[in-house]
Amino acid sequence: MQKMKLVVVGNGMAGMRVVEELLKIAPHIYDITVFGDEPYPNYNRIMLSPVLANEQTINDIILNTREWYAANNITLYTSARINKIDRKNRVVYAEDGTSAEYDRLLLATGSKPFMLPIPGADLKGVIGYRDIKDTNDMIDAAKAHKHAVVIGGGLLGLEAANGLKIQGMDVTVIHRNEWLLERQLDKTAGKMLQQNLEAKGLKFQLNQNTKELTGDSSGRVNAIHFADGTQLPADLVVMAVGIRPNFSLAESAGIYCNKGIVVNDTMQTYDPRIYSVGECVAHRGISYGLVAPLFEMAKVCATHLANFGIGSYKGSVTSTKLKVTGIDLFSAGDFASGDDIADDGREEIVLHDAVGGVYKKLVIKNDKIIGSVLYGDTADGAWYFQMLRDAKPIHEIRDSLMFGQDSLGNSGHQGQDKAAAMTNEMEVCGCNGVCKGTIVKAIQDQGLFTIDDVKKQTKAGSSCGSCVGLVEQILASTLGGGYAPPSTSKAICGCSDKNHEEVRAEIRTHKYLNIPDAMKGMNWRTQNGCATCRPALNYYLLSTWPHEAVDDPQSRFINERVHANIQKDGTYSVIPRMYGGVTTPDQLRKIADVAEKYAVPMVKVTGGQRIDLLGVKKEDLVDMWKDLDMPSGYAYAKGIRTVKTCVGSEFCRFGTQDSTQMGIDIEKAFDHMWAPHKVKFAVSGCPRNCAESGIKDVGIIGVDSGWEIYVGGNGGIKTEVAQFLCKVKTSEEVLEYSGAFIQIYREEARYLDRTVHWIERVGLEYVKQRVLEDSEGRKAAYERLLFALQGAIEPWSERVQKRAEHKEFETITV
Amino acid sequence: MSNWVKVAPFEEIPKLGARVVRTKDSEQKEFDIGVFRTEDDRIFAINNSCPHKAGPLSQGIVYGDKVACPLHSWKISLVDGKAEEPDVGETACFNTKIEDGIVYLELKAK
Repeated sequence: MQKMKLVVVGNGMAGMRVVEELLKIAPHIYDITVFGDEPYPNYNRIMLSPVLANEQTINDIILNTREWYAANNITLYTSARINKIDRKNRVVYAEDGTSAEYDRLLLATGSKPFMLPIPGADLKGVIGYRDIKDTNDMIDAAKAHKHAVVIGGGLLGLEAANGLKIQGMDVTVIHRNEWLLERQLDKTAGKMLQQNLEAKGLKFQLNQNTKELTGDSSGRVNAIHFADGTQLPADLVVMAVGIRPNFSLAESAGIYCNKGIVVNDTMQTYDPRIYSVGECVAHRGISYGLVAPLFEMAKVCATHLANFGIGSYKGSVTSTKLKVTGIDLFSAGDFASGDDIADDGREEIVLHDAVGGVYKKLVIKNDKIIGSVLYGDTADGAWYFQMLRDAKPIHEIRDSLMFGQDSLGNSGHQGQDKAAAMTNEMEVCGCNGVCKGTIVKAIQDQGLFTIDDVKKQTKAGSSCGSCVGLVEQILASTLGGGYAPPSTSKAICGCSDKNHEEVRAEIRTHKYLNIPDAMKGMNWRTQNGCATCRPALNYYLLSTWPHEAVDDPQSRFINERVHANIQKDGTYSVIPRMYGGVTTPDQLRKIADVAEKYAVPMVKVTGGQRIDLLGVKKEDLVDMWKDLDMPSGYAYAKGIRTVKTCVGSEFCRFGTQDSTQMGIDIEKAFDHMWAPHKVKFAVSGCPRNCAESGIKDVGIIGVDSGWEIYVGGNGGIKTEVAQFLCKVKTSEEVLEYSGAFIQIYREEARYLDRTVHWIERVGLEYVKQRVLEDSEGRKAAYERLLFALQGAIEPWSERVQKRAEHKEFETITV
Repeated sequence: MSNWVKVAPFEEIPKLGARVVRTKDSEQKEFDIGVFRTEDDRIFAINNSCPHKAGPLSQGIVYGDKVACPLHSWKISLVDGKAEEPDVGETACFNTKIEDGIVYLELKAK
């Protein structure tokens, strides 16, 4: 089939991001031609400031080399400015006469620096700050001249001023407002910033308006004159007062523009063959000047260019960081002070240490963070921003919110969570042995922008996940304004754009009962999914339609397929069920006999009070189960694992309740239960809590008058203390309340969410409402759980009986 | 000399799954080959050892013409034995054929 022709006007970060996304999902449908008016291949524009500050070179910031274009069969024209689009014949023309036909056209023409319309603005030495040429002009000017004036105390202006100072110039920043960065900072933080920059040698004139620029006889600027009649010498004037979308090409071609190229949520312009992304567009009336939204647009645009017709861009909330080394500031959302605006229900939490140079302000409205300003200590910026974007209720953590994510309790990092304070040699990911320097280098060299990319390329955070927050901080601090935290409602995997909740809803609505139907009905992009989505789908089908959906063993992880836990050398571990951790001499004798007969290399007592036979060959599993004649302990399952118990009132002199029997009853009631992830219970007979109920998914503590139920604990990667759910009187109620809790988790959590992750997302209030307040709903949920578990088959004895059907346990010897 | 050996009847290789064939190399050292069947009923054979940490690939989840290693989820192509980027590594591949419903394997790495 003849390929379609895609022409991209604009060889910058937005346009090329679309091309990269497109190559990922549909590499063969277009012949691609790219026009760029700069003489360089695509580079990382947000890193121009580090170049000016001598921290990086031009080569460091190239994102796509010319070899990359060639390797992907992309025709690249550089120094080629398109000045005409013939929409009727579908041809674009460049100033140098080059032309290209298109079937689809992508306009990514970016923006232009806004030049103040004052006398003298056209003098030599008066420039904007936008591209490599401007950067080089500044570096050259610094060699020959002394006095630099930057007009505009915004992000770009301050980065330019800092760079010019480092280049050796005497720099004054002229700003119209009362304080710097008034769009990013409140007055307090703005003044702190000014002091820090003054300490670096920069000078400021605030509340100052520029009237005109005057030049010498050679036509080069030499002075700046202000409205108040004063003046300053100036050999270089950088105007950094804002950018304007560059849409003159689109406008001249008759494409509807309104302060930008107007696009819909699929990034399509009024001409259906023409798409547009980046700083040149006006989406729902807004133009963005930061890189993060551009990437979101690019992703959506690529899916539409690939004819998938999915995804829509709904606008972005942005955050900013100033890329001046040694100065940490972060802001996001709406943070205008109470003094500045009418009281509309917003509350502020402020921490201000003027001597220590730390200022933090969170703006809260209706129990949600709506804005934040951090100065001096920005380690928690990404965390606050994530909560802001997710509109997460904060009342449960409000007391400690200001003290950062650490204060919520996160063991394992010994407080090493200030990404900026870490040296390059310090280890970030303990599982894969990745240190900070490796991550920073990968982000810079390979142009990584998302946490997923960093995980993929460096492996950091890709195993246990406990360091992901830290990796995210490193990403955020390396990228500055280019960083956009992932939305929490992300797609289930690369095979589909639907998120977990959408997939669950469709399985329910359309009553899909097997994986092929579900994939077909939901337009899965791949033939039979991948190792990420298949286990999730299988679980969702089974938990939504118990007894009706078809379990697909091939979509389960090996452990659940063979009912044993795979070890590093390919052997398995066998853990028989011992309800409540109680065993008998007879069971112990059988276990000992089996261990000897099969020469089991290690016999070990587990943390969940069971006996583990480690190092068993796969081909021995079925024989061993036959000899053991005990049920499977499900120690390999995303499902009910163990109910740990203390001895309780039967023997213990402190025990108030029979915790052992309660544990046995729970384990028997919920035996064979699959869940989004493993589920651990514990029952203690008194508040001394010897069964460690405080770090279990469901922890039960006996008190004199009944039982307390705690939920969402976790003793693993990140120690989480279980939260109090309720107190009940009888053991029947323990089963009903904890069963209902687990059932709602089974029905609503995302696959691989532990209870703590699910509760973190929905809030404990929601859980209480479902389990405590809605008593009908609780009973119904408990009934649904019991229904789902009805007639469950014990898997080990089933394998023993039907061994002929389970040939996968046999090795073929040739 | 022909190195073709009989493995098993085609239907005894599970769809989207694998069987393990134990054999000996030229130095008489035992090693395992995974014989895989994709959803569209193609048969592939690769060394049952992930290039990462020697995980038994035959135990992984099969999708498309790839398998995800059960130990650390490296994605290995059944077609050429190569690890999916950005991981780097390769495991040996073997020829297979189906005759009269029986799967055969050539004991000589491609």
